[in-house]
Amino acid sequence: MIADGAGEDEEKWLAAGAAAFKQNAFYMQRAIDSNNLKDALKYSAQMLSELRTSKLSPHKYYDLYMRAFDELRKLEIFFMEETRRGCSVIELYELVQHAGNILPRLYLLCTAGSVYIKTKEAPAKEILKDLVEMCRGIQHPLRGLFLRSYLAQISRDKLPDIGSEYEGDADTVTDAVEFVLLNFTEMNKLWVRMQHQGPARDKEKREKERSELRDLVGKNLHVLSQLEGVDLDMYRDTVLPRVLEQIVNCRDEIAQYYLMDCIIQVFPDEYHLQTLDVLLGACPQLQPSVDIMTVLSRLMERLSSYAALNTEVLPYFLQVEAFSKLNNAIGKVIEAQEDMPILSAVTLYSSLLKFTLHVHPDRLDYADQVLGSCIKQLSGKGKIHDTRATKELVTLLSAPLEKYNDVVIALKLTNYPLVLDYLDSENKRVMATVIIRSIMKNKTIIATAEKVEALLELIKGLINDLDEPQGLEVDEDDFEEEQNSVARLIHMLYSDDPEEMVKIISVLKNHFLTGGPKRLKFTIPPLVVSALKLIRRLPEEGDNPFGKEASVSATKIFQFLNQIIEALPSAPSPDLAFRLYLQCAEAANKCDEEPIAYEFFTQAYILYEEEISDSKAQVTALQLIIGTLQRMHVFGVENRDTLTHKAMGYSAKLLKKPDQCRAVYTCSHLFWLEDHETIQDGERVLRCLKRALKIANSAQQMTSAARGSTGSVTLFIEILNKYLYFYEKGIPQVTVESVESMIQLIKNEESLTSDPSAESFFASTLRFMEFQKQKGGVVGDRYEQIKV
Amino acid sequence: MVLVLALGDLHVPHRAADLPPKFKSMLVPGKIQHIICTGNLCIKEIHDYLKTICPDLHIVRGEFDEDARYPETKTLTIGQFKLGLCHGHQVIPWGDLDSLAMLQRQLDVDILVTGHTHQFTAYKHEGGVVINPGSATGAYSSINQDVNPSFVLMDIDGLRVVVYVYELIDGEVKVDKIDFKKASTSTSAP
Repeated sequence: MIADGAGEDEEKWLAAGAAAFKQNAFYMQRAIDSNNLKDALKYSAQMLSELRTSKLSPHKYYDLYMRAFDELRKLEIFFMEETRRGCSVIELYELVQHAGNILPRLYLLCTAGSVYIKTKEAPAKEILKDLVEMCRGIQHPLRGLFLRSYLAQISRDKLPDIGSEYEGDADTVTDAVEFVLLNFTEMNKLWVRMQHQGPARDKEKREKERSELRDLVGKNLHVLSQLEGVDLDMYRDTVLPRVLEQIVNCRDEIAQYYLMDCIIQVFPDEYHLQTLDVLLGACPQLQPSVDIMTVLSRLMERLSSYAALNTEVLPYFLQVEAFSKLNNAIGKVIEAQEDMPILSAVTLYSSLLKFTLHVHPDRLDYADQVLGSCIKQLSGKGKIHDTRATKELVTLLSAPLEKYNDVVIALKLTNYPLVLDYLDSENKRVMATVIIRSIMKNKTIIATAEKVEALLELIKGLINDLDEPQGLEVDEDDFEEEQNSVARLIHMLYSDDPEEMVKIISVLKNHFLTGGPKRLKFTIPPLVVSALKLIRRLPEEGDNPFGKEASVSATKIFQFLNQIIEALPSAPSPDLAFRLYLQCAEAANKCDEEPIAYEFFTQAYILYEEEISDSKAQVTALQLIIGTLQRMHVFGVENRDTLTHKAMGYSAKLLKKPDQCRAVYTCSHLFWLEDHETIQDGERVLRCLKRALKIANSAQQMTSAARGSTGSVTLFIEILNKYLYFYEKGIPQVTVESVESMIQLIKNEESLTSDPSAESFFASTLRFMEFQKQKGGVVGDRYEQIKV
Repeated sequence: MVLVLALGDLHVPHRAADLPPKFKSMLVPGKIQHIICTGNLCIKEIHDYLKTICPDLHIVRGEFDEDARYPETKTLTIGQFKLGLCHGHQVIPWGDLDSLAMLQRQLDVDILVTGHTHQFTAYKHEGGVVINPGSATGAYSSINQDVNPSFVLMDIDGLRVVVYVYELIDGEVKVDKIDFKKASTSTSAP
């Protein structure tokens, strides 16, 4: 009787069985049609004999069973008609037991029993009890399971439930529950035993097939959940303990996992909430291989959505201490399942965290507890390297950010940074990016130094490269993007209170300066801007309630700025440092801090001399020097002379003649400030222009010598424009004659006509002069004097 | 009718986290035919963002731009107008109209667009226009104390250009309009 797994044989058997089945079913139908009870019983018993086979896989057996089920429906109707025609149902119940084989006999007995209950000639509970006991006669797992499944099926609508027509003085819902529980227990035993039927080598396949039959067992739980009479008391006192007892005692992984999940899915959430102790108490008793993680996660999911949809039940969650029960249960389960992978443990806590965030959003301490429990499980295991577990940990850490959309909440969770520490450096960076993104998206302002400190601890993966493992190079583009996000973040760290803001920028400085040089070019500029903005917000020096020596003074912040920019040249970003020094100089200018402004200029000059060597970079740098210096009014004569003198020197030393020429004529602006009568030195303006002209001449000669053609006259036209600029301003040294001789010089240049852009530049300059002349007034008069 | 977006001095991430969301929601792809940017973006992400608004993107180099491919000045012709573009740190004194006018003559353009001062300005000058779109992020500037985020939209139609300036003041977008008509095409026809 050993089942042969070969599919071909099975097909043959099914075909043969189906043919015999069909034939007997045909004869049974004929007997029914001719109201022949005796023959109907005979052929139905023969037909049902086909279910005695052991040759079929559960799947094929199920096919056969379904056909039998359909035929038995016809027989049941026939039985019903027979009783109406005067046949005693008690007699019928006796008669079906004459069938020779036990399996057909029991199917027929169940069918007759169904009719018996319908006629109400005996209490339903008696008949049900009889049937459920009689079914013990079949101990073959597959056959027994299906027989009992049949019993469950036909009895479903005949249970003495509250409000059912079968409820009576003698029949109560307790009987109904007893019956279903008994049938469930027996079915589960048979189902579990199935795994031992057949050779060990087919075990895997057999377990798969067995798994497919699980709904036959689970159906009983579904029936229980549908009973009106199963209220919370009944569920808590009878149903749940008995079902759990069977689940725990069967010691079968498949059954335990399935049935636990089944309980959670079919019974109402309210019941779960009120019986959490009992349900969770069973979890650590399950086999160590049971996927309890999924079961508990689903339970928590259900409870979360229950709470979300019914806010009025929230007090009950607190009353039954749902959170601490779940937290304890998870701890116990992890303890009980020694080999539980780290992924499962993390997933469990991730689900618990989601649960508490949804159900108790106001209980931050709960969330912190979850993180604390999680740490307990992770401790001693070092950094996590399992990719899926890491991913789950990132999900766990992201949950509070997603829930509150406010990183400040996460900063209050003391265990948060400790959990984060279990991530490796790569995932720390991922998490840091998530945190920063959350801040940027929600425009969260972090307003205290303490919080900034906590935040930096969370995102230290991006701030610090000390624990970077050797040889693990981060992709350069990724690095840049990450550091730029840190730079953006700095704009969100802001307090209106200058004293607090000073603390914030000090915290940032401490972290950035120890975070490794390659980050500085990203982090220092926004920090400089933060500090410069702070200086602007400070009250005027005299009105500063903190006094000049207080912690919040422009002087102190300028010192701070000097310290942080100082770190940049070695980063190495001398160009950036140079620019930032000039920015600071101008800020010091606004604050009337001459020595400080001078110091910043000196620093910029040192960098210009020592670090900026590319000729193009020098041109730009010099433009910035002259542009800034032109705006400085804080300097006394001596300092100003030193700085302008230097700038003139740099200009004359540029590599290319045209660049020299342009820088020198630009320097003219250093000696004539419209609004400052003290800085109006026409003599030196003129000297600049003359010197520029000299350089332009030698540039002209050099190009013609080198290329055998005359160079561009553009420089001359530029200088002419400068002459006009100062002439129009009425500087006495720039005379009408000097302007006229410039024009003449350009007109004499042969190359003018060969250079279209120079030609149009000259043309538009002449047009401009004409335009100014037409204006009239003082300016018009001056232009009137120029003879072109 | 051609719409030209002019903006610059964003200084992301040195001086600002991003463009104001109100601006971002206005600057949708498909409406603008050209973007002219006065520089100081400063990072590639902003360059890529501008590309999504309009692929025809013209950028000159600001003193904080690392991308050396951006030129110092650029000229382009849109419709009947010749436009010149320059960041402006090269033109000293910074923001000085007479000095900018010299650059305008040198480039021989009808419309000169420069930045650097973070202050929106638009002058009609010698038969041309000199525009500064300000800073699109309202970035800190050592030149100007109070910087509001601003940008400029130019509606070029034949010989006429309408310059709209959008400024974010206390969270509200204010729009101003300047009309300019070119006298003739003879002076700078390509």
